Amino acid sequence: MADLFALKDCALITIATGERVHNLRELRDRLMKTERGIMYYHFWDAILRPRFVDPEYQNDFAAWAYHELHDRRLAEKLAIINPTDYEFMDDLRQKLIDVIEERMDELGFVPVAEVAHPFFFIRSQIVVFDTNIRVSTPEELSESIPRISVSSIFYHFIDSRRRTASGKDDFSEWLLNFGPEGASLAEEIASIDPYFNTLLELRDQLSLVFARHLGKGGAE
Amino acid sequence: MTASLEQYEQILGKDVIQRLRQLAEPLKGINVVHINSTREGGGVAEILHRLIPLKNELGIQASWEVMTGEDEYYQCTKSMHNALQGDRLDIPERLLKQYESTNQQNYERLRSQLEAADVVFIHDPQPAPLLNLCTERKGKWIWRCHIDASHPYRLVWKYLRPFVQGYDASIWSLPDFAQPMPHPLYIIPPSIDPLSDKNVELEPEMMEKVCHDYNLDPNRPILLQVSRFDRFKDPIGVIQAYRMTKAFGPPVQLVLAGGSATDDPEGEEVLAEVRAAAQNDPDIHILVLPPDAHRTINALQRVSDIVLQKSIKEGFGLTVTEAMWKGKPVIGGDAGGIRLQVINHHTGFLVNTPQGAALRIRYLLKQRHCLNQMGEKARTFVRENFLLTRHLREYLTLMLAVTRETKERIEL
Repeated sequence: MADLFALKDCALITIATGERVHNLRELRDRLMKTERGIMYYHFWDAILRPRFVDPEYQNDFAAWAYHELHDRRLAEKLAIINPTDYEFMDDLRQKLIDVIEERMDELGFVPVAEVAHPFFFIRSQIVVFDTNIRVSTPEELSESIPRISVSSIFYHFIDSRRRTASGKDDFSEWLLNFGPEGASLAEEIASIDPYFNTLLELRDQLSLVFARHLGKGGAE
Repeated sequence: MTASLEQYEQILGKDVIQRLRQLAEPLKGINVVHINSTREGGGVAEILHRLIPLKNELGIQASWEVMTGEDEYYQCTKSMHNALQGDRLDIPERLLKQYESTNQQNYERLRSQLEAADVVFIHDPQPAPLLNLCTERKGKWIWRCHIDASHPYRLVWKYLRPFVQGYDASIWSLPDFAQPMPHPLYIIPPSIDPLSDKNVELEPEMMEKVCHDYNLDPNRPILLQVSRFDRFKDPIGVIQAYRMTKAFGPPVQLVLAGGSATDDPEGEEVLAEVRAAAQNDPDIHILVLPPDAHRTINALQRVSDIVLQKSIKEGFGLTVTEAMWKGKPVIGGDAGGIRLQVINHHTGFLVNTPQGAALRIRYLLKQRHCLNQMGEKARTFVRENFLLTRHLREYLTLMLAVTRETKERIEL
């Protein structure tokens, strides 16, 4: 029998490193010594940050290349990098550096941002707390999903990718304990692209998938 | 009047408040002291008026103390404030001595409280030297800088830095503002309180009264800037933008509403400049409001068509947040925290000159559907990102972080 699923929640706080870069070469150089927390922040934490415009570029490096270096080609190449494809942060960092160096070779000059718009290197701290809600079946989880906070969605669906060995979300991992039916639901949940959504939309999407599979609960 | 968590629950939902309670659970009973330089006037005092009671309701023993000092102390700290924002002001030695001695006197007065506190929040430069004076401290000390210190006047920053670098952490409104320090630089944007007198829904009679009291014609477009009379807020530039707009025909009225904070001795001088620039134009209304005129400001924001905040330097710009919460598009200076709130072409426009402001005013007055759409987006944006409950959550998170000294992940 599967363990109870403990619904947790989290709060993030942002920390500036005080470091900033103004051009592509500086970015490349700084990336060479960037630690894991900073990489994680710029790839994933944007989802919990204030934002308004559609998340056209899903990581901060791509967004900066587009908005401040005005280099669409580079922005596109950076935006397609999926951090979940890389088991180790060093590999992800190297991929970023490769893309940037390739672009610098193509350009023959170093694109520079306006003085007022450098790239700021940021990291975050995450505080995880227990909501004291436990569910024992997929049906109970399905009923809970529409009511849990968006930061709880972040914790179980986004943050899980860096803290679990499988690099997957907590929901689909747990559902694998419930036979073929659970595995099928897990597969569909794991296939949800976490990008291009706000967390509210992500929660609705999860609710719909649960509802479709289980025929009750789900989106409200 | 202070609002309770239950009242916030009614407008923001039960879940938001439940999360705050869960997050605050491990902090119950800790002793937290906030210190700033004024009880009334300015965004810092406003935030503290609301945050302190809520922290107490969550079980934290929070208190708020205010620095007391003579005129020269405030002259010095005003100069420091301006110098941190980039003004090349050399502060006379005499004023710096007054700054240090005032801190020493305040330290003696607050000593037992400061020594006993688990967490101390020191707001802005005015009380910054308290840390070095409090050698018997047992808690964590955090310096909260509300100022855009991205390009400080180096001589003044060099003087201030030894007072602030020893803190356990500092808080800045934006990454752009942060100066490198040998401690964590937390980023927490400020917020507004939807239940405060400045932001609650008002009866229509209140809006009518404000128009009547200040001789405003509700049938003609009203432009508004709410801010202290401070050169960094560029009130003269706003008057220029108004004149350029009017030259194209729209029968606009301009309201410049401000007050003076007790820690701002420069206000009178700037006010005189603004009055001179207005040249007795009957459609320019310069209102000097008392610090408690919150409902009047609320009503002025609601009767306005467009709100301006044409600052050249800005900390965060809470008046921008307030206007957006009331569904108004904002034409703001491309500075500081305004950039975080005014999303160009979505919640308003960012401008760099009076000409730019005039252009956007004319556009919005002509394209009323855009004005309304932007206003709606602005309100939604504030609801999701800049209300007091988010601010409180981040303070709780920070306190959990600094009292546990964990690197990246804290499991409660």
